[in-house]
Amino acid sequence: MTVGDPILNISIFAAFVVVTLVIVIRASRTNKTANDFYAAGRSFSGGQNGTAIAGDYLSAASFLGICGAIAVNGYDGFLYSIGFLVAWLVALLLVAELLRNTGKFTMADVLSFRLKERPVRLAAATATLAVCFFYLLAQMAGAGGLVSLLLGVNDRVGQSVVIAVVGVIMIAYVLIGGMKGTTWVQIIKAVLLIAGAGVMTIWVLALNGFNLSALLGEAVAVAGEDILNPGAQYGATGTSRLDFVSLALALVLGTAGLPHVLMRFYTVPTAKEARRSVVWAIWLIGLFYLFTLVLGYGAAYLVGKDTILAAPGGVNSAAPLLAFELGGSILLGIISAVAFATILAVVAGLTITAATSFAHDVYANVIKKGAVPPNGEVKVARITVVVIGLLAIVGGIGVQGQNIAFLVALAFAIAASANLPTILYSLFWRKFTTRGALWSMYGGLASALILIIFSPVISGAETSMFPTADFAWFPLNNPGIVSIPLGFLLGWLGTVTSSVKEDPRIAAEMEVRSLTGHGAEKASSH
Amino acid sequence: MPHDDMGTHIPTTAIDYIAIEESPDFIAHKRRHRSFVFPLAVAFLLWYFAYVLLADYAHEFMSTKVIGNINIGLILGLSQFVTTFAITTWYVSFANRKLDPAAEKFRAQLEEAERA
Repeated sequence: MTVGDPILNISIFAAFVVVTLVIVIRASRTNKTANDFYAAGRSFSGGQNGTAIAGDYLSAASFLGICGAIAVNGYDGFLYSIGFLVAWLVALLLVAELLRNTGKFTMADVLSFRLKERPVRLAAATATLAVCFFYLLAQMAGAGGLVSLLLGVNDRVGQSVVIAVVGVIMIAYVLIGGMKGTTWVQIIKAVLLIAGAGVMTIWVLALNGFNLSALLGEAVAVAGEDILNPGAQYGATGTSRLDFVSLALALVLGTAGLPHVLMRFYTVPTAKEARRSVVWAIWLIGLFYLFTLVLGYGAAYLVGKDTILAAPGGVNSAAPLLAFELGGSILLGIISAVAFATILAVVAGLTITAATSFAHDVYANVIKKGAVPPNGEVKVARITVVVIGLLAIVGGIGVQGQNIAFLVALAFAIAASANLPTILYSLFWRKFTTRGALWSMYGGLASALILIIFSPVISGAETSMFPTADFAWFPLNNPGIVSIPLGFLLGWLGTVTSSVKEDPRIAAEMEVRSLTGHGAEKASSH
Repeated sequence: MPHDDMGTHIPTTAIDYIAIEESPDFIAHKRRHRSFVFPLAVAFLLWYFAYVLLADYAHEFMSTKVIGNINIGLILGLSQFVTTFAITTWYVSFANRKLDPAAEKFRAQLEEAERA
């Protein structure tokens, strides 16, 4: 089954790619130094950067995933939106400004300010690459699944070709545009996505006389009373309820540890602009999640659960099918193009983050020990972009048709377990040591990965990656409830057992600089 | 910034950061920051988890209808949005009024000291 006109869908998408590529090429003319390539010369305003953060954050999982979850499971889908939004308060209150004041390009810059640089950088880069990789796989797999519905490409080979095309375009954006080009792609995409969802939201509300209760009543009439009540997805057993607590923990603590989010705090000139970016991001993201609530319940009655689940994209097809129901082929084409743009922009943001982390942390500071020829680092970053792009294409083709939600939840759980404890400790705990950082990062990363491998998402259930095998002993789908406290505990334990104390002069310097902005990297002048 | 053989930063400037860190003005600045963000962070996390636990374990309570088809669960969920927006606005106004002027003053002093 296909809906709408595949040619129209492809044309609108191609127009988006052409327009953004022109903008990327124009934006890249001033790209010269590492500062330009990684941090866009720190030249973006808070409003621009906040919009780009929203563009980076509102992935296909947010748009298609949450609309679909609400349309099919009702209230339980709404819980995702709340976790994804409230998480930004951690970033706003505890992380964004202090991080901007003490780092240059990556999360590892902050950690290595006063800890032993090389081991800490290597650990931080490992965690960053792991988070980016799982997040990338989820986006690429999502792209493959989407096309089956939107472009009428149903066979495996066709979907693989589409994944490859998405990967190649993304490599082009990042190679040509660096952080500046990537940021513009994200700004344009955020505006299109929020505007598109806004139009559909107003449309659905208008059909119900702008009365939310009436809209909910229509959904109840089609789907039954339970669609308004919690528990449809997670209420079945004691284990599934505990799984929900675990997911809620990973969502709220994961955001402030996501490397591609952290990196965006460096593209602005000052901590004050970093704060302003987060405020913009919170308003835009919050508004968008309010839209998805209306769209989800709208799809529940205008399209219907059975039609959504029977469509090739499954639960992810709720939003596009609703667009078709409302505005026919044209609106479907626009919304499909926006969904593709969403995937493309998020993938580009992840790729530049992973490349920066490898080139800046591993190559320049660990392998070359800081002795890098001018532009050598950027050259390595560009090569890394190509390698990561190819890996993402191969990986994306490999995980086609797999359950992608767990990849995103895994990325959040790793970020919350491996990254957040060390970031908070090093910003707020003067006695924190290198051993504490290493135990926390490697321990958080390893425990999250191990628990996922032995959980029902990999084996032992009908919905697993390997449904025929059964080596699962961890009952929950999300490891957060164990691995996040473990990451914090290991950071504390490693610190109190350290015999080597860190230099108090550097700790004092970091604290003074984090709270005053003294010595922070400034905007480049061109 | 120079490093020792393990890649750890070696202090370069003549500025005595320990003295600054221990000065009453800086201690007051740090306390102003932490006494605002820490309680607020604890409060919103407790409120978020209270909501999560209610949605997870108190289905009947959350399903109680209040106005038309709008139930307590939806109202509490939407109020998470409201509190997030409110905390954001509150923090920004606090930071603009109280934190930024102090940070600026320290920055000017430090730049002065660095030139000397």
